[in-house]
Amino acid sequence: MSEIDHRDGVSRRKVLECMTWCGTGVLWTISGGVPHSLGIMGEAQAADSRGLTFLQISDSHVGFDKPANPNALGTLEEAITKVNALPQKPAFMIHTGDITHLSKDKEFDDADHIISQSRLDVHYVPGEHDLIDPDQGKVYRERYGKATKGAGWYSFDANGVHFIGLVNVVDLKAGGLGNLGNEQLEWLEGDVKGRPASTPIVLFAHIPLWTVAQDWGWGTQDGAQALGYLKKFGSVTVLNGHIHQVMQKVEGNVTFHTARSTAFPQPAPGTAPSPGPMKVPDDQLRKMLGIANVTFKQNEQRLAIIDSPLQG
Amino acid sequence: MLRPIIACSALGAVVGSVLAGGVLFARAEGTPNAVTIDNFFFTPGTITVKTGTTVTWTNRDDIPHGIASSNNAFKKSAALDTDESYSFTFTTPGTYQYFCYLHPKMVGSIVVEQ
Repeated sequence: MSEIDHRDGVSRRKVLECMTWCGTGVLWTISGGVPHSLGIMGEAQAADSRGLTFLQISDSHVGFDKPANPNALGTLEEAITKVNALPQKPAFMIHTGDITHLSKDKEFDDADHIISQSRLDVHYVPGEHDLIDPDQGKVYRERYGKATKGAGWYSFDANGVHFIGLVNVVDLKAGGLGNLGNEQLEWLEGDVKGRPASTPIVLFAHIPLWTVAQDWGWGTQDGAQALGYLKKFGSVTVLNGHIHQVMQKVEGNVTFHTARSTAFPQPAPGTAPSPGPMKVPDDQLRKMLGIANVTFKQNEQRLAIIDSPLQG
Repeated sequence: MLRPIIACSALGAVVGSVLAGGVLFARAEGTPNAVTIDNFFFTPGTITVKTGTTVTWTNRDDIPHGIASSNNAFKKSAALDTDESYSFTFTTPGTYQYFCYLHPKMVGSIVVEQ
């Protein structure tokens, strides 16, 4: 048994320790607010087979071919190869957006071809790069939006956990951040109303729902309103992409987490003039790309999240 | 282990933007109807043109950007990939605020004079 089975509670020191670790991109996990370094993926995988395990991939940017990674499709394939090699098959996968770089049909086709090799159900939310076809999202909605509301939001249940996929990349306002909008917020309020407070909630969307870097637009202007509807729930996990690096924050009963990209890294806030693709030495690239493995165990408040780089 | 790489890459980007800034300045002087996008900024952030001028935006970033009027006062662009451009001819005097509809923190304005 791994020690991640037995932790509960959270101290300030541990949260700070976690936040320090997050910036370094080391392989780590959180359970009960306590971070642990994990030497190998298998150590965590073997920990518990009773709970629900699912995967998060993000920001595959299929079609991107610039110096930061001339072959984004290739690294997506490496990520899916890693998924297929997991000792315990996940229940499903979520993709937190920017599937493609330019919303082209061929990019979506290529992405689907690779991702389908995981033979997992995939629940998508769009990133801003998925909605820039001439019809502003028609291609995305035709492929992934059939059972969704509005611009593509929806919810579903798995193993007693309530999953909510939100869209915060539509109708962005000048000078603002990510945007959910009133229609979606009203839907969210109704979606969670009447659910028992003991229901674990997993909220996922492309842009972080918490403000990571205001100057770079890494936040959602009405994200706090969305989280306001979830105050009564004892366990809320918010999973995002967009910033191409691992970041984590725990605030009360809410755990915020961002996943790596499978395509290219972006700089840490404040370390570069812009949030654009970051060119790193070739032998470093795969250490900065990766996937996230999320496990929920009954009677534990927090989900265990393991970020695993493609290499290293 | 990662720190020196990030610092190094940030330094490279800073040097790059300084150099690019010099080039942009020269280009802007020659053609005051041109706006370039570098490092998630419109440069120059504000330009003043005569009525009837065609303004051209060119994206120099490795990430697509899109031009949209803040109050729907002019036609928005398609998403501009690297080195792609968008042009619009302003026929009515006024101040036109605009932003990148993919990265709305990016804002600029066009002042159209008689």
